[in-house]
Amino acid sequence: MQFMLLFSRQGKLRLQKWYVAHPDKAKKKITRELITTILARKPKMSSFLEWRDLKIVYKRYASLYFCCAIDQEDNELLTLEVIHRYVELLDKYFGSVCELDIIFNFEKAYFMLDELVVGGEVCETSKKNVLKAIAAQDLLQEDEEEEEALYYGGLYWKSF
Amino acid sequence: MPAVRGDGMRGLAVFISDIRNCKSKENEVKRINKELANIRSKFKGDKTLDGYQKKKYVCKLLFIFLLGHDIDFGHMEAVNLLSSNKYTEKQIGYLFISVLVNTNSDLIKLIVQNIKNDLNSRNPVHVNLALQCIANIGSKEMAEAFGHDIPKLLVSGETMDVVKQSAALCLLRLFRTNPDIIPGGEWTSRIIHLLNDQHLGVVTAASSLIEALVKLNPDEYKGCVSLAVSRLSRIITASYTDLQDYTYYFVPAPWLSVKLLRLLQHYPPPEDPGVRGRLNECLDAILNKAQEPPKSKKVQHSNAKNAVLFEAISIIIHSDSEAALLVRACNQLGQFLSHRETNLRYLALETMCLLATSEFSHEAVKKHQETVINSLKTERDVSVRQRAVDLLYAMCDRTNAEQIVHEMLNYLESADYSIREEMVLKVAILAEKYAGDYTWYVDVILNLIRIAGDYVSEEVWYRVIQIVVNREDVQGYAAKTVFEALQAPACHENMVKVGGYILGEFGNLIAGDKRSAPQVQFQLLHSKYHLCSASTRALLLTTYIKFINLFPEIKTEIQNILKCDSNLRCSDAELQQRASEYLHLSLVTSTDVLATVLEEMPPFAEKESSILAVLKKKSGRMSAQEAHKEARAAGGAGGAAAAVAAGAVKNSTNDKNAKNSSADLFGISTPPVNSQNNSSSNTGVLVDVLGDLYSSSNNSSMPSVATNGTNSASPATLTSGVTDNIKKFVCKNNGVLYENDIIQIGVKSEFRQNLGRIGVFYGNKTSMPLQGFLPSVSISSADSGRVSVQVKPVESTIEAGAQVQQFVNCECIDHFEDLPEMLVCFTYGSVPQRLSLKLPLSINKFFEPTDMNGESFFARWKNLSSPSQESQQIFKTTCPMESGSIRTKVMGFGMQILEGIDPNPENFVCAGILHTRTQQIGCLMRLEPNRQAQMYRLTIRASKDGTAKILCNLLSQQF
Repeated sequence: MQFMLLFSRQGKLRLQKWYVAHPDKAKKKITRELITTILARKPKMSSFLEWRDLKIVYKRYASLYFCCAIDQEDNELLTLEVIHRYVELLDKYFGSVCELDIIFNFEKAYFMLDELVVGGEVCETSKKNVLKAIAAQDLLQEDEEEEEALYYGGLYWKSF
Repeated sequence: MPAVRGDGMRGLAVFISDIRNCKSKENEVKRINKELANIRSKFKGDKTLDGYQKKKYVCKLLFIFLLGHDIDFGHMEAVNLLSSNKYTEKQIGYLFISVLVNTNSDLIKLIVQNIKNDLNSRNPVHVNLALQCIANIGSKEMAEAFGHDIPKLLVSGETMDVVKQSAALCLLRLFRTNPDIIPGGEWTSRIIHLLNDQHLGVVTAASSLIEALVKLNPDEYKGCVSLAVSRLSRIITASYTDLQDYTYYFVPAPWLSVKLLRLLQHYPPPEDPGVRGRLNECLDAILNKAQEPPKSKKVQHSNAKNAVLFEAISIIIHSDSEAALLVRACNQLGQFLSHRETNLRYLALETMCLLATSEFSHEAVKKHQETVINSLKTERDVSVRQRAVDLLYAMCDRTNAEQIVHEMLNYLESADYSIREEMVLKVAILAEKYAGDYTWYVDVILNLIRIAGDYVSEEVWYRVIQIVVNREDVQGYAAKTVFEALQAPACHENMVKVGGYILGEFGNLIAGDKRSAPQVQFQLLHSKYHLCSASTRALLLTTYIKFINLFPEIKTEIQNILKCDSNLRCSDAELQQRASEYLHLSLVTSTDVLATVLEEMPPFAEKESSILAVLKKKSGRMSAQEAHKEARAAGGAGGAAAAVAAGAVKNSTNDKNAKNSSADLFGISTPPVNSQNNSSSNTGVLVDVLGDLYSSSNNSSMPSVATNGTNSASPATLTSGVTDNIKKFVCKNNGVLYENDIIQIGVKSEFRQNLGRIGVFYGNKTSMPLQGFLPSVSISSADSGRVSVQVKPVESTIEAGAQVQQFVNCECIDHFEDLPEMLVCFTYGSVPQRLSLKLPLSINKFFEPTDMNGESFFARWKNLSSPSQESQQIFKTTCPMESGSIRTKVMGFGMQILEGIDPNPENFVCAGILHTRTQQIGCLMRLEPNRQAQMYRLTIRASKDGTAKILCNLLSQQF
């Protein structure tokens, strides 16, 4: 996979992940072009299109479009399922995910994607294993927050 | 705000809410600028910023970046976060670096150092963060810094599974950046054996890596074939409960299955009958499952299952050996053609295109012709219709060409604008390729212009003219048909161009009929004149002067038109010039001279239809790289159009030359008086003849008067001090053959089928005449009867500074070995001179490049297996092994370079047909450069005994 874009029905970019280096300017241009192309397509159309020398695979979930660019020899149908697996993971984590979750917790969305896809290739397809990894991260976060709460709420005041 | 575990960063959430509450774009920008200023001052001023605050601000910057704003600071703070011992801070630092990294940034060293520390961490979560970051960025520096550690991490027994997974893909990314980082030797087998790992996640990640390694070096990783087959077999035969969480909607490990099938496609079918049998069983089982009732109604189930099915079909097509499987695959796809899922129809059409190219399944695909034509008419999605067009194009052969072309023409009337141009090209190619009868071809092209004139590119209408000029049997018909087409009240300008050109050449063939008498033809064309653009008018003016030659009876009428102010004083310089030159030509020259100057155009040199090159370039299904190569093959900057001008694709290998040749179909032109002569050539006396192209700047379609009877027009770049260049002429047709202080001998040749014409130009460089000038050519006794040459006489004196040309017509009768001898005798200042040279006429000149896919290449290759049909040479290189120049030479040799057949992109695989009078000899070639050893291995197989050896000797001299 060369890149993945998440954008809203209004054409707002919500997440971008690039697995092939492009200058920022080129990224912006590609993003703009693809968003326009895909938003112009009708619901019953195929989820695949040819674009430059890449294949584009996209799918809409509620108000969000998920769009992946893959190489010629990559499998379109399975790319649709990478998207679906990602949606499932987000859904499970946020509890019936909506666009707002991804806006407010974009960093989590990134972390989750990093567990599923590494360097453009599927890394872990087991939902259980990905969620386990994310849970472990959250646990670390909570520990740290507890520490911080102690620091700011307790020790800090005492020593004042 | 949605509930998430952990409190997150409150400041960030507030900021995001603020942005979302902005009523206008302006407000948003204002708010963002305020925040940026705030963060900037915090980063600059406040030295006591703690990790949490840094994390928060870095996160805000990320968010602002995602909104589409440029971020030019904060990198340093992000790098600082990398060394935090708090996981969440580290993680945000890595995220920022991954999303916003600037590979040439000064910080890269710092980043690399931080990653190094985390890679060595005992905490696998930290190691994974570092690996993911490397995989995200994958820069050259990282390949250098970590290329050593990551393979170790990957195969070590102590590494945790989850780390192994990231390590495999991290290595893959670095390998793509720098293929040298993969250690060979014992590592190969350790990497391959990851396919046997217990953990399916590790196998999935590793199989991606192995697939990429195999692509570059299939021999080294050969051992993975049997491992992959047994792994696949275990998955396919597993029940969906066996693989637990790796079963996806009742499909066992679809991602891994697809990867393994993908990997196996890089190899021919396994030689070991056991492995091969097991693989075929798997493929059989996958095809069987497709027929079973679905285990779930969810689209995810059907997608995953069919993803595996399509990959299986892909490998079946790739091996192209199991007829039964191919036909089953075809039937399965046939069912999908009318499936209610658009995605499946799309993929079925696409995959069937490949099946159509296999001889085993071509007929089976043809059974679905009606369904495909129906899709063309009824599909609501243009991208699906596009696939249908592709498939019709692929399944077309002699038996159904008329129907398919007919349907495509029908569809063209209502086709989407976005695909019209490509369709026009496809129709044009099919019509040419399968024209049993060229009158049909002419009809189809004229129909194309009528239906979709705007989309008929120059290449297409150039081509119809080339074909009409080259085929006598169709000229009368073409003249009659264009004449009729021009009578339509509104006809497309392209029609006027084609009509103008054809009537100018062949109008005489229909002039006997009163209804198309000379005067009628002229008036019909001239009635369009004022409606046309300047380039078309220029073409018509040439038609008019040609009419003066063809039809002296309307000379005065035409002269009057040329004379009129709107032409003779036209504001367009080109038109004015043509009008005035043509007028004077008709006034001052005798009928004989006029007839010579305005003689019918000679046949065009034919190699490959340039339309094909354009189509390849247009088609999105070709990689950009290939498109680039194609463009290069077609002559650099000038692109495909220039290739037409250069007459033959293989002639135009020099970029500079290609630029000089305009996109002028008509080749050699009469340079306008004021035009600068080819400024890039230097001082040789041949410049005038060899450099007689003038750049017609914007006028890419200017017709011209035939002058010296050749359409091949690739000027040679002359360099002084050249002596004997004969060796180079094996791979090129034009240039300086020989030069000394007295004489320069240039060559310009063109070949068609088994015939050729070599123009030899003798330039006298001195200030004295060369007398008793007598060149002669002789064939070696070994080759007598195999090649014939006919040398046209030449004047016996070459005046000082003058140049004469001589034509040598040649025919290839059988394969021949030696270049003919050429002896040039003359007297210079009473001293007799004798030059013993060779005529650049080698057997490879009679190649016709042949395109074919990998399947048919290998089938043919296997067929040519007798020892006398093959010749192989391994030799040391004598010049730098630069892939561009190797390609140029291989291309110049005359065979078609077949892309994507050899798994090693450095190698060249080619095919061509040698035309001789007695037979056609099929030839296949493989050239393997080995840079380390500075050696080449060249293997050629040819259908005629002994031919391969001759070719091998010729080509091996070139490197």
